[in-house]
Amino acid sequence: MSWQPDVATLGDLADTIAAAFPDDVITTQLSRGELTVEIQPGAVRRVLTWLRDEPAAHFEELVDVCGVDYPARLPRFDVVYHLLSLAHNQRCRVKLATDEDTPVPSVISVYASAGWFERETWDMYGVLFADHDDLRRLLTDYGFEGHPLRKDFPLTGFVEMRYDEAEKRVVYEPVQLRQDWRSFDFLSPWEGGTPEVLPGDEKATDAAETKG
Amino acid sequence: MPTDVEMRSFTMNFGPQHPAAHGVLRLVLELDGEVVERADPHIGLLHRGTEKLIEYRPYIQSIPYFDRLDYTSMLCQEHSYVLAMEKLLGVEVPERALWIRTLMDEVTRIGNHLLNVCSMALDCGAMTPLLWGFEHREKTMEWYERVSGARMHANYYRPGGVNRDMPEGLAEDMMAWTDDFLKFVDDMESLLTDNRIFRQRTVDIGVVNKDDALRWGFTGPMLRASGVPWDLRKAQPYAMYDQVAFDVPVGTNGDCFDRYLVRVEEFRQSIYIIRQCLEKMQPGPVRTDDKKITPPPRAEMKRSMEALIHHFKLYTEGVHVPEGEVYAAVESGKGEFGVYLVSDGTNRPYRCKIRSPGYVHLQALDFMSRKHQLADVVAIIGATDIVFGEVDR
Repeated sequence: MSWQPDVATLGDLADTIAAAFPDDVITTQLSRGELTVEIQPGAVRRVLTWLRDEPAAHFEELVDVCGVDYPARLPRFDVVYHLLSLAHNQRCRVKLATDEDTPVPSVISVYASAGWFERETWDMYGVLFADHDDLRRLLTDYGFEGHPLRKDFPLTGFVEMRYDEAEKRVVYEPVQLRQDWRSFDFLSPWEGGTPEVLPGDEKATDAAETKG
Repeated sequence: MPTDVEMRSFTMNFGPQHPAAHGVLRLVLELDGEVVERADPHIGLLHRGTEKLIEYRPYIQSIPYFDRLDYTSMLCQEHSYVLAMEKLLGVEVPERALWIRTLMDEVTRIGNHLLNVCSMALDCGAMTPLLWGFEHREKTMEWYERVSGARMHANYYRPGGVNRDMPEGLAEDMMAWTDDFLKFVDDMESLLTDNRIFRQRTVDIGVVNKDDALRWGFTGPMLRASGVPWDLRKAQPYAMYDQVAFDVPVGTNGDCFDRYLVRVEEFRQSIYIIRQCLEKMQPGPVRTDDKKITPPPRAEMKRSMEALIHHFKLYTEGVHVPEGEVYAAVESGKGEFGVYLVSDGTNRPYRCKIRSPGYVHLQALDFMSRKHQLADVVAIIGATDIVFGEVDR
C-alpha cells in the first residue's frame, strides 16, 4: 500500500558508512525501515560531508536537526540530523550525544539549512554549536532565560507576562499558579514495567514479610 | 548647502503588524537606499511551545495541536503525526480510511493554495482574486465541517483510520463542486497569469536555482518551481497516492512567478485526485478494529463489560506506543511536513519534533531577498507561502 524504503540498500549504506569511518561511527541501526547512524560528536562535519558527496549516499538535503534530552544519561543530549536523498529516494538519521558544555561542530558549511535548526536546538536545549556565526535565540522571547524543552524545565515556565496599566509597559513576574499543577499519572501498574509494590498492595507485602 | 549627498544604509522594521507580513513576522531589513542588503527575520512571536505541550499529553490528545500549527493545512499535518504513530504501533488502516485521507489531504491542499495564491496577488496589488478565491476556500471549509464537524480545526484523523465515515451526500456535492472550481481556476488565471502588473512584480524576483534550493532544504512548490521534480506523493507515496494518477508540475526559472504557476497547476491536479478518490472509494470500515487503539461503538458499550473497560482505559490512560523512534513526512501544501517521534513505551510521547516547511523556507528569505528592492520582499514573502503557526510552533 504505502511506500516502503529499500531496506537492502540502506543496509549496504550502513556498512559503507561504518567502513568509511571506523573510528567515528559508533553504531548503525536499521529499525522500522529507518537507518540510524550514531557518531562521535566531533566527526559530524566529516560524516555529513561524506554523506552529501559520496555517490552511493548522495543526501542532498538536510531535512531537520533537533535535540532530545535524556536527563538521567551522561552526556544528556542527543542531537539528531535527518537527511534526505532525492537521487536515491532514501532517508537517513545521524545521531550524536553531547552535554551542555561540549560544543558540537556546526554543519552550516555543509548544509545552509542547518542555521536556524542549530539556533533552535541551542534555544530549546542549550546545546552549543562551534563555528556558528549567529547563535542567537530564535523562538523564545527577547531576554528569555533557560532552555524550555529540557525535561527539567517546568511546562508552566518561570515567568509570566502582563501589561501593567500603571507603568504603561509589559512586566514580567514569577508564575503564580491559581491551582496546583496537576500531572496525571495514568500509567497502569498492570502493563509495562514491574513496580515493586502495587498501589493498595502495601499491606499484603508487609504481611508476607512478617510471615516469612 | 552641502553639495555631496552622503548615502548611508539604514535599518527598517518590517512587521510584526504589517499586512504583507502574513502574520507576526518581524523582519529587520538593512537597506541601502531602497535595496535590501540583509534581511533578518525575527520569529517566535507566535511560539506556543507545542512540542513541549505534546510531551505532557497522551498521544491522542495531541492531534488537535497539529490543526493549530499551519492553520491552512490542518489535515495534512494531522496525517503526518498519525502516520508516525501508526509506524510505531504497526497498525493496518482500512482502505476506505486511506481514500478519505487522500481526499481530505487534497481538499486541504486546495484550501492552502487558495489562501496563498490569492493573498500573494493581493500583496502585488490585485484584490479581486482574493474575493473570488475565498468563496471557494469557504467551500473547502464546508467539506471539512461536513466530514468532521469543525470548519478548520478538524481533529479528524486517528491512528488506524479516521474518526467517522463521510456523511451521505458529501461525495456528490464535492463532485459537483470540482467543475465549479476548475472554472474558477481558469477565471483566476485570466486575471493574473498574463497580467502585466503581476508579471512585473513576480517574474525574475527571488530566483533560486536547483542547487541553492537543495542547499537551503526547500521542499514542496518552492523546490518544484526551481526545477526539481520532487513530490513525496509520487516519490514516497502514502495513503492512496500510488492508486491515483496525477502530474507533478515543475517550474524552470525558480522565481516567484514560477512558484505561482506551480501552485495553480496543483489546483487542477488536486481536483483530478479528488475526482479519482470519489470514484474509486468503496464502502467499508474507516477505523481499525483493534480495541487497544480504537474505542468500541456506543451500542457495544451498553452490553459488553470488556468494551466498557476498553473505552475507559482509552480515554483516561490512552494508547501505549511501543518504544522507538520514527520520522514520518507528508507532502503538505507548503512542502514536506515531518514529525520525528520518540517513544519510551508509555502513553505520552517522549519527544515530538515538528519539521515544518515554512520554517525552512523563511530561513532562506535573507538569501532570496538580497539586492532586491523593498517592494520585492513583499512579493517574495507572498510566494514563499509562510504561515506563522507552523514557523513558530
